[in-house]
Amino acid sequence: MSTVSLGKDLVGLEDLTREQIELILYTSETFKEVSERAVKKVPTLRGLTIVNLFYEPSTRTRISFEFAEKRLSADTVNIVAAGSSVEKGENLVDTARNLEAMRIDMVVMRHPSSGAAKFLAERIPSNVINGGDGWHEHPTQALLDLLTIRDHLGELSGVKVCICGDILHSRVARSNIWGLLKLGAEVGLCGPPTLLPRGIEELGVRVFRRIEEAIEWADALNILRLQLERMRSGFIPSLGEYNRVFGVTQDRLERAKKNVLILHPGPMNRGVEIDSRVADGPNSVILRQVTNGIAVRMAVLYLLAGGPAD
Amino acid sequence: MNATDNSHDILDAREISRALERMAGEIVALAEGTENVVLVGIRRRGVELAERLAATIGGRVPLGALDITLYRDDLRTIGPRPVVGGTNVPMDLTDKYVVIVDDVLYTGRTVRAALDELRDFGRPGRIALCVLVDRGGRELPIQADIVGHSVEVRPTDRVDVLIREVDGTDAVRLVRGENA
Repeated sequence: MSTVSLGKDLVGLEDLTREQIELILYTSETFKEVSERAVKKVPTLRGLTIVNLFYEPSTRTRISFEFAEKRLSADTVNIVAAGSSVEKGENLVDTARNLEAMRIDMVVMRHPSSGAAKFLAERIPSNVINGGDGWHEHPTQALLDLLTIRDHLGELSGVKVCICGDILHSRVARSNIWGLLKLGAEVGLCGPPTLLPRGIEELGVRVFRRIEEAIEWADALNILRLQLERMRSGFIPSLGEYNRVFGVTQDRLERAKKNVLILHPGPMNRGVEIDSRVADGPNSVILRQVTNGIAVRMAVLYLLAGGPAD
Repeated sequence: MNATDNSHDILDAREISRALERMAGEIVALAEGTENVVLVGIRRRGVELAERLAATIGGRVPLGALDITLYRDDLRTIGPRPVVGGTNVPMDLTDKYVVIVDDVLYTGRTVRAALDELRDFGRPGRIALCVLVDRGGRELPIQADIVGHSVEVRPTDRVDVLIREVDGTDAVRLVRGENA
């Protein structure tokens, strides 16, 4: 296992091998322990400067990365550039050059354009970690989902995971699909036909038209947040109807033969894609996801820091 | 793992067992009992050695395990990240008599890292160092309180501690370096 390394950047799970993903999950186990200590800090990244560059609003991911960085003793700077009107490509290169001039070591970036993380990674020598780029990937979210499922179900190989909701616009869904398939899980998708990418079955996933069938089939449900602006764009008729047809409700869960693990990347729209009784119920591991998120991000930072430049 | 032409055993299984017995007695003498003693092994082989010492001492001496990887002073220079094992310290160490247990004492850098890590688990009343083999060659002002066996070797030589639980056999083996 010690011969596996991650390289310079983490852009997406599509680019990683099964062994690399397993290395991250294995390393995350160690970092869980650090956050349970009285002194929640190790000196591992002392002297490194990390910039959290967020071109899109984010609370959970940004705070989780910041905790992870601080618990590894790195120095962190947050740049929130939401709403910048400068043309994206040019702006990003300029920003990157400025950051390099300030002698930084790593960048965590959230950006509305798919491919932005790769674009940046190819242009600066610092390590780049994708904190979500457009519809493309959100690798650390998928890694923490994988870790949480493995914690509760023992392994990932052969486990049936259904991702529910807006698959089309979801970087979380895409990263999860890559990660789950590489680790041998079975993947299902369930959502309105307008929000399922055409031809997605070719990746080797099952598509469920009805949430009841998905619940019946799955060992774990990863319920995505319905982005409310999708309703205005005509992808779904109304929030109430979405809840009636695709909402994960207590009634629907009780009709399933077995316990189904409930995940949600947050923030939740209670009463839309998930009911409160489900979100707060005994099968919900939503808060474990948040705790695991810090461990996974510490593992990624540790494994990438000072890594090879090519 | 068998001894070859360029290596020979310094201690065999019986001698290791005798050394551990003596060291267990010295721990009790040094700590004036076992009341506050916590044995903390350094991964990997220090953990198993600490378990054996605890069994020899008897009673219920608490055990911990340290993986000092996150506290190393050479992470920036050694290339790919080493695999991190995991630390398990079962209690607040404040006012405890902590005995660090490791297989080989060489440069002292591992012990330096262990001292830094222990500080994050409280303020021990006293920390002692107990090693099976002291091979000299210190790069830091660190000495052991309890030593199973001291040996003079060249910097190019390697001293391997093999233990049953990990390596299938108990031995301390000296491997001569290439330029001998």
